[in-house]
Parts: sequence; C-alpha cells; structure tokens
Amino acid sequence: MVEGQIPIEQYETGNTKHKWDLKKLKTAHRVIFEHDYKKGEIEKGFANRTLYINLSKKEIKEKKVTNDMKKKFTGGRGFGLKLLWDSIKPSTRWDSDENELIITTGPLCGSTQYPGSGKSLCLTISPATDIICDSNVGGFFGPYLKFAGFDALEIQGKAKHDVVIVIDGEKGKISIETAPLEETNSHLVNEQLTHLYASEDNDRSRQKVSVVSAGKGAENSYWGCMNFSFYDIRRKVPRMKQAGRGGLGTVLRNKKIKAIVAKVEKFDGVSNNPADPVKLAEVGTKLHREIRDLDRYQCNMRAVGTAHLVEIMDEYDLLPTENYRFGNFPKASKIYSTEFYKYFTKVIPDGCWHGCTMACAKTVDGFTVMTGPYKGQKVTVDGPEYETCGCGANMSLWDPLWILEFNFYCDTYGLDTISTGTAIAFYMEMYEYGILNKKRCDGLELCFGNAISALELIHRIAKGDKGEFVQIASKGIRRVKDWIINKGWGDPQLIEDCGMESKGLEYSEYVTKESLAMQGGYGLTLKGPQHDEAWLIFMDMVNNAIPTFADKAEALHYFPMWRTWFGLNGLCKLPWNDVEPENNAETDEPAKVPEHVQNYVEYQNAVTGWNVDKEELILQSERCYNWQRAMNVWMGRGRRKDDWIPYRSMGPVTEMEYHSRKDRYDKFLIDKAGLSKKEIEFMTIKEKMQHLYDYRQDQYQKLADAVYHRRGWTPNGVPTPQKMKKLGLDDPMMLKILQQAIDKDEKAGLNVWGGKYKKNEKPPSIQLKYWEKW
Amino acid sequence: MDKPKTVKVLKFHPNRCDGCLACEKACSKVHFKSDEGGEKSAIRILKDGNSYKMSVCDQRGLCLDMCPVGALRRNKNGVILLDKKTCIGCQACVGFCPVGVMRKSEVRIEPFKCISCGACVRACPNDALELVEVNIDEIKEVVYHKLGAD
Repeated sequence: MVEGQIPIEQYETGNTKHKWDLKKLKTAHRVIFEHDYKKGEIEKGFANRTLYINLSKKEIKEKKVTNDMKKKFTGGRGFGLKLLWDSIKPSTRWDSDENELIITTGPLCGSTQYPGSGKSLCLTISPATDIICDSNVGGFFGPYLKFAGFDALEIQGKAKHDVVIVIDGEKGKISIETAPLEETNSHLVNEQLTHLYASEDNDRSRQKVSVVSAGKGAENSYWGCMNFSFYDIRRKVPRMKQAGRGGLGTVLRNKKIKAIVAKVEKFDGVSNNPADPVKLAEVGTKLHREIRDLDRYQCNMRAVGTAHLVEIMDEYDLLPTENYRFGNFPKASKIYSTEFYKYFTKVIPDGCWHGCTMACAKTVDGFTVMTGPYKGQKVTVDGPEYETCGCGANMSLWDPLWILEFNFYCDTYGLDTISTGTAIAFYMEMYEYGILNKKRCDGLELCFGNAISALELIHRIAKGDKGEFVQIASKGIRRVKDWIINKGWGDPQLIEDCGMESKGLEYSEYVTKESLAMQGGYGLTLKGPQHDEAWLIFMDMVNNAIPTFADKAEALHYFPMWRTWFGLNGLCKLPWNDVEPENNAETDEPAKVPEHVQNYVEYQNAVTGWNVDKEELILQSERCYNWQRAMNVWMGRGRRKDDWIPYRSMGPVTEMEYHSRKDRYDKFLIDKAGLSKKEIEFMTIKEKMQHLYDYRQDQYQKLADAVYHRRGWTPNGVPTPQKMKKLGLDDPMMLKILQQAIDKDEKAGLNVWGGKYKKNEKPPSIQLKYWEKW
Repeated sequence: MDKPKTVKVLKFHPNRCDGCLACEKACSKVHFKSDEGGEKSAIRILKDGNSYKMSVCDQRGLCLDMCPVGALRRNKNGVILLDKKTCIGCQACVGFCPVGVMRKSEVRIEPFKCISCGACVRACPNDALELVEVNIDEIKEVVYHKLGAD
C-alpha cells in the first residue's frame, strides 16, 4: 500500500531548492515593443483570432480566424499550415528571417473533462529536414494561449538579443522584453519565469503561468526541442513536456527567444464555452471510469506511463538495440518499466493537462544528477517515456539511472531525446566498425554502452564545443553520413543503410524490419520517421490482419488521417487506444477502437456545436494532410525519392543481424521471395542477404505505389489537383503548383510505378494517370 | 494544523426508512437551493428489493489525490470538501470515485458531494439517518490505480 492523501502543502520532492533574485532579473528586462488587446470570450472552442509577432520588424498583429479557415483547416495544426502557407516561401529554410515558429491550440484544447485535451501543435521549417515539421506537446501553454485569447501564436523574424515573449491574458497585453540575466537551460529558466510572472507568490498563481523554452543544446544542434511547462502544485516545480521532433527548439533559439510565457487570470471547466457542456462531461466521465476500471489490466499508464512498452517491445523483438541491429537483448529487463517504477513518485496525479486521468507523465523526484554542470544537485526528472528508454537500448545503456540522467540533460538542454539517442546510436555503430574512432570523435570513445562518453558528447554540444565532430554530430545523422562519406572513411552503402534517418530526421524507437506496413508508417510520412502517423506493427506483423498491399495501403490511409485528427483539435492520441473498452475485441474493427471514435465525434460536436460524423473527422484530417504534402511538393520535396528509408529499417544490413534471425529470414526467402529450400542450402549468407535486400526494397516500392494510389496522389507521390478539389481545397495557386509539379515529373518520366511487377502481379491501377478520370 | 483523526459519516437504518426522500430534498436545498432531490442530492436513497439502500460519500478521501488543482481537501473536521472556485470541472473525481458518490448535476460543471452537514438527518421523519464518528485511518484505504502487482 502506498501512502496517499497528503495535504498539498506537505508534499516534498527532496529537490535542491533555488533562491532567485527575482527583482534583479525583472529590473534587467527592457520592453522592446508591446501591444494591448481586448480580451474576448472563447466561442465554442475558438478564440477566433490568432496572434502574429514579428521580432525583426517589431510588429504585433491580431489576425481573424474566418469560417472558411475553420471549414478547410479545422484548427490546431491545420491553422498552423494555413498560417505558414500565407507567410513563407518555397525557398524558406529554418534560419530564414521569414521562417515562422507556430504554436497552435485547436477547438477541443483546454477542455478539462476528456482525458488528453491539453495539447499544443507546433510547426516550423525544420533544420533537420528543410520542410515543415509538426510536433505535439502537452503542458499548460496551449490551453493558456487560447484562454488568453488566441487560437494560435505565430512568430516571424528574429530578435537581436535574447527576449522573453509575454502573453498576459490577465491584463490583455503582449510584450517583448529583453531577458539578459535569466538562465537558458529549461529546468531553471522555466522556474525563474514562473515565479517572476505569477501574479501572487503562491502555488495557485504559479499554476496559471506556463513557459516555453529550449536550453543550450537547442542553440547548438539541430535537435532542439521546446519545453512546455506545467506547474505542479504538489511538487512545487514547473514540470515540462517536450515538442521534441524536428528541431523546433533550435528555431526558437535561432530567433533569440529565451522563453515564451502565457498566463491567465482564471479558467474553469467551461472556459471553452462548449455548445453542450452536459454532453461533454458525460463523455469525459465515461472515459474516466473506463480508465479507472481497465488501465491497470491494459497498459498500466497511470502507474508507469509509456515505459510499459519496453517489456512488450523486447518480448516481440521490436526494442531497438545497438542502433536497431537487434530487437531484444539479454540485458533489457534491467530497463523494464518495473525498474523505473521503483523510482517514480507514486500516488500524485500526473496528467500534463488538467483532467487527464490517463496520467502518463511520470516523474522521479529528488534525482541526484551524476555529471555535468548540475552534478550533485537533486532535481525532478520528467519521464522517462518509452522512447527515451528505447534510446537507452539503442545506445546499449542498460542502467535506469543513466537513462534518467540522459533524460534530464536532454530535457533541460532542450534536446530531443529521440534524435539525440538515435543519432548517438548510429555514431556508436560507426565507432564499432572503426569508421569512426577516438581521434575522429574529438577524443570521445563512443562505443556502445559508454554512458560517460554519450553524456560527455551531450554536454559538449550544450557548451557549444567547436570540435569538428561535435559540430557535425549535433546536426544529426544525415549530415554525419555525408561527412563520413566525404572523408572516405567507410563504405557509403553501409553508412547509408545503417544510419536511421529519413528526410533528415532520426527514427523513433521501433524496429520495423519485419513489418512492411510499419516501414511505410515511417517512410510514407509528411515530416519524417515518427510513429505519430501510424503504428501498424502488431496489426501487420503479429496479427497478420493486413496481408495485401491494398490492405496495408488502406491502413496507411486511415490511421495517418485518424492520428492527424488529434493534432487538429489540440488532443493527445493516447486516450484513444491506450485504453480500450472491455468489449473492444468483439467489435468489427478493434484496431480503430470504434467506441472511442464515437466518443470523439460526440466530443467535437459537444464543444463546437457542429454536427459531424466519423467520416467527417477523417475528411478534416485529409484536407490538412494533403495540404501539408502539397506544401512539401511546393518546397521541392514530397516525392517518392523523399520517402526513401534506410535499409536498416527493412532488413538485415550486416551478417550479424542475419544470423540473429537466421531461421526467420531463411523461411522468409522460401515462403515469400520464392526460393526453394535447396537453393537456400547452397547460398552463402551474403547471397541470401542480397536476395532479401532486392526483394524487400521492391516490396517497399510496391507499398508506396499502393499507398500513393489510395491517398489520391500520383505514382510519384504528388497530391493531384483533382484530389485537392474533391476535398474542397481550391486555392488556385496551390492547384497550379501541383499541376506544374506533375507535368514536370511527367517530362522526367517519374509518373511510373516504383515496384517491379511480374506477370501475375497487378499494380494498384491499370491506368497510370488514374486521377485524370476523377 | 493537526490532522483530523475522526470524521462524521452518515449511517443508514433501512428498517426505519419509508422512502419518503425528505433527505434528498433537504440535501438539494443545501447544494442547489432547490427541493427537487434526485440528481441534485448528494445522498441517494435507492430501492433495494423490499427495502432501501443509501448511496453517499463515506469521506474515505480517495478523490483527494485525483484533483489536479487541489480543490478537494479534508477540512479540520475530517470532511472532504470541494472548493467550487478552485475546481476546474474535469470530472476526474467523479469518474474515479470507486463507489460513485462524487456527483455531477446538469446545472453546473463542478461536481458536488456529501459534506456531512446533517441536513438530511434533521429532515428524516423516521430517524433513519444518523451521523456517526469514525476513525479516518480506518477508512482511508489508498488504492492507487494501479500499483502493478501490489
């Protein structure tokens, strides 16, 4: 039994306490420019305006949200795409003056009744990929931004010196202030600014402030994440959640923004002014009860968060180990969730937004930092989540305390744990092969399992170390691949195959070698290999529920659209299928969790007063999804070549990997690739690997053919004007751009199927220009 | 402040109850200034075969740790109170109450519950209800959902 019911004032974390001279910090601020605005009511989930700030031109504007905008883009990430489209050019890069950093909310964001309703969706042109990256994040900022009066925040331009942007929903004032004395690293600056801007010196007031920041690591790498704070009245610390992927924090720091602060005077359960609050509370309470009764028998999110996946992935051979070479490891049980559970603080509700009873945000309080600038201090570590544990496995770090240390520093330095971990794992593999060595790595011994070196690299990145390796390593796998290949240090094919990036973004932590659908789930994506578009491994590999290309394509249509929908509304995906109704398995389509889909239909209607059905939800996503792909095309990307994935994600790159699953691969060559038992017997491992390589590469291209066709794109992956019009997206400029891209592809002979179809096989359509008939 | 050691909770004597629901009406008067009872009452008297049963908060306090904003507290008399001004209407306490006695009416977003005020006791014409003092330590069994194998 665990002790609970401790009065809020009496909770103790055991953390090192800081004493800040707030007056000194505040006096050093100088207001550069500001803007007063009229506070307004939220109407059925919308504030009906967005906030535009130009740091170069010192300009602040309010933009109206039109009904047409809602109809086409719904909200949240959709609004972000619309705002980007209006502001950037195809040549815009991450550090261009006109690049924008956008934080959006969504109509359902800020509801407290339905678990998982506090997400912000952030967009920018990513330093890693040079195209739009969207990343979702919890914390209080999104809801507070909306309750302060804005559906989205759009920041263009760059400040000359470090600034803080303050959105004061209490006074109705936006101010851009210099902030010379505050810390940069997030766990400190978030605490300073929370105290500085809270209206009164108490926890209730501090809970009404949220800070967005990114630390020193974000400044000096392409892996910058943004930390969104949520003040915990029990622990008395501003905890944080990360908008991790794609270098958003790097853009934040490039704009010389030290932090963004949003504060509200008050809010309650109906601050969104929902059309039907009774229905909303009813749907929400139903899910609370479901979580109460079932979570402990299903995902156990309330106790250990997403870390429960470590043991599942290990068991199913999916836990990426030593740079995705293997899917399990004898030492893996050392980082199972039970090990982290020992360190987690129990009993306290851990939702990253009010009312989220899924409560997956775990903390380790009073953690003693072992290395770096905060060595010896006791801190609260948020996490680790599954992905961060997966990074441990990938770097062959099997000590939960080291994973916590890695987690803490990545967070406070503003580094995405996923990109950082996946990239270091790749460097470690290159080190093992002698392609990298101590000299080439600026004196770091980056072999698998070397926790001290891995952390040292992170510290050096945060310090802005000018060593050649540190400089290039902090830009991620893509740049390091080019660097190593240019230096002539290793076989280019091996290097390309091993480094787990696509579109310039590092993979998240799942082994996809044996699931073709999931290879598509990572490769045939908008922003790069992140599992937030689709997670199909069990459906595909374990349950064999989507055997044909058409089945897989349908899944790679439906699930990315469905998962996109959460981002349009300011919601978290986890309460959708990380708890399932008791009878879910008996429904027609258990993978879709039909009852929860219906919840969301009712939820959106209850807030917005719309009258949508589940098909309309998918349409909402399809509009935005296609728009984003079309913008990628506009920026010169978004084609088949851009959906390339490294072979490590498809099959065994090295003989060691083949050996580790020899029976599976031998059987696969016979069952699937059409070889006979006899042929296999006489083949060398190398020959078998080559056979598998050719077969799987072709399978991936065939999958792309089927998926592009299903999504209404050309065989080269371009959304067709016909499809866009069908979706009600009739912007003449966009339609022209797409037509020109298709014509250009046609001239270059690129509008053809990518797979090699044998006589008995059929491509998705007999018409190559199938869309012209629509 | 010393932690309260005891709390008064309602005790029901079904053999004396005639189902008149005067208690519910008195309760809804306290919470909503209305004598409708039913959905607006924190105490519910429900038919149970030939007899009646009571459904009301037993001040166990499992909801205390559910509240993200600290709106639920045990007061100096040990009674769990919900501060409407602090409450943000998330319904986490409603959904997680193991016996379903944190209630929500359609009238407002904030839930409500028994505050051991005794209005129902006074209203009952048959003395079927009484407030009895119990030891908090004996009732506050903490069930954190979930504790893994614990």
